[in-house]
Amino acid sequence: MNDYYNLEALTSVIHAALCGVMPEWVALTIECVIVGVIIILLYAVLAVIMIYMERKVCAAFQCRIGPNRVGGKGGLLQVPADVLKILIKEIFTPAHVDKFLYSLAPYLVILASVFTFSCLPWNNGGLILHMNIGIFFVLAASSIGVLGILLAGWSSDSKYTLMGAMRSGAMIISYELSIGISVLTMVVMAGTMDIHELVMGQADGWNIFKGHIPAILAFIIYLIAGNAEANRGPFDLAEAEQELTAGYHTEYSGMHFGFFYLAEYMNLFITAGIATTIFLGGWMPLHVPGLDGFNAVMDYIPGIVWFLGKTFLVIFLLMWIRWTYPRLRIDQILTLEWKYLMPSALVVLVLMTFCTLMGWTF
Amino acid sequence: MSSLKEYLEGYAGGVKSLLTGMGTSMKVFCQKKVTEQYPENRHTTLHIPERHRALLTMPTDDEGNHKCIACGLCQMNCPNGTIKLTTEMHETEEGKKKKVLVKYEYNLGSCMFCMLCVNVCPHDAIKFTNDFENAVFEKEKLVLTLNKK
Repeated sequence: MNDYYNLEALTSVIHAALCGVMPEWVALTIECVIVGVIIILLYAVLAVIMIYMERKVCAAFQCRIGPNRVGGKGGLLQVPADVLKILIKEIFTPAHVDKFLYSLAPYLVILASVFTFSCLPWNNGGLILHMNIGIFFVLAASSIGVLGILLAGWSSDSKYTLMGAMRSGAMIISYELSIGISVLTMVVMAGTMDIHELVMGQADGWNIFKGHIPAILAFIIYLIAGNAEANRGPFDLAEAEQELTAGYHTEYSGMHFGFFYLAEYMNLFITAGIATTIFLGGWMPLHVPGLDGFNAVMDYIPGIVWFLGKTFLVIFLLMWIRWTYPRLRIDQILTLEWKYLMPSALVVLVLMTFCTLMGWTF
Repeated sequence: MSSLKEYLEGYAGGVKSLLTGMGTSMKVFCQKKVTEQYPENRHTTLHIPERHRALLTMPTDDEGNHKCIACGLCQMNCPNGTIKLTTEMHETEEGKKKKVLVKYEYNLGSCMFCMLCVNVCPHDAIKFTNDFENAVFEKEKLVLTLNKK
């Protein structure tokens, strides 16, 4: 495989240059700060893009046009204007809340989301948190978010938030099982938990093609459970507007509310990004074994373009699900998970293990 | 065994209906959007249904003659007292007395667009048109005189 866009050469040159003029620990600190700033900037910019995309896609599914006045023809400046508005709003604290937990909760939610965000494979050599249990770490870190949601609901001292938090706690913890099992299915096939190796292993075809039927089934289960993990419709009963005002973040305002909102959208991106990584090959270009000319042409497209393209495709799939189905009730949600989704995931896991053992994967 | 069959049938039926829903929403996604971009499209694609009642008018023919016979049925039927007729008695050449319309006042501000006046008119002298951009800053401007002469 030809690799024209490997970032590793660039990063090692920068590291060597920095080490030449200062001790290594200073260089490392500076690099960490720069990478952190890049992550946070990327996080905010992607959230803005996704909110715009959500509004446009939602409008199209409802036979509308969507934002189209602010900032010229396509309404491109609508979301930046909303961001500016939320930035200058007062952060209000109600009188009877538990002040410490109340202000801690949004940061926990955003922390979980940034942790998992930094595990995404942006490009070859562009993986920020690289460890040999990467996928495992993603699952673990994404569970911190539910803690933030529960804390927000409890500390706000309000019926709406408490009920929203309880619902979302029950739901997210349940659906974590399906996500875990469907990810495990692909780990069984790929034989590694390391995100870099997962992506490199798909150089001769993406996992969804290599694992054929069980991989496609696992992909569908992952999408459904991922939608629930991101608290999005038809699983948005944690913030069911009509019954609970806004669910667990009813009492929040200004940027504290903004953090919840941001984390919700970025969780959608992360869900899609992880789906891209384990099923659709991450930054890996589309390779068909045997067609060397085609593969060489595909290698000319940078990995970041592949990654973002596939991720936004999955995001579109998730939005399609969201804007098609009505919201489920809490008992229906738990029935769906425990009686249908999780048994299916287990069956798919067994099927995939069998296929892998028999060598029926490509 | 029958409960397992029930479970599997319910599963398959559920998946099928979910896929139907996805198909329907994708169809809507690809459809032409129904949004009217109002101020921009007022001279191009704006569509107002033909029967929409926006403004009462009194159509005239080429010479500017209207069909009103000043019978006053519209004024009597109007629930809000929106219409006010001023009439005069004229004597024709044959010596017959005839009521003639002097002024047909219509107060757009109190009209509730029930269309009773149009329905009751024996000569179809008045009708509702689609001109809906009637906002003004003073309420006196809403009192319109429909007959031109």
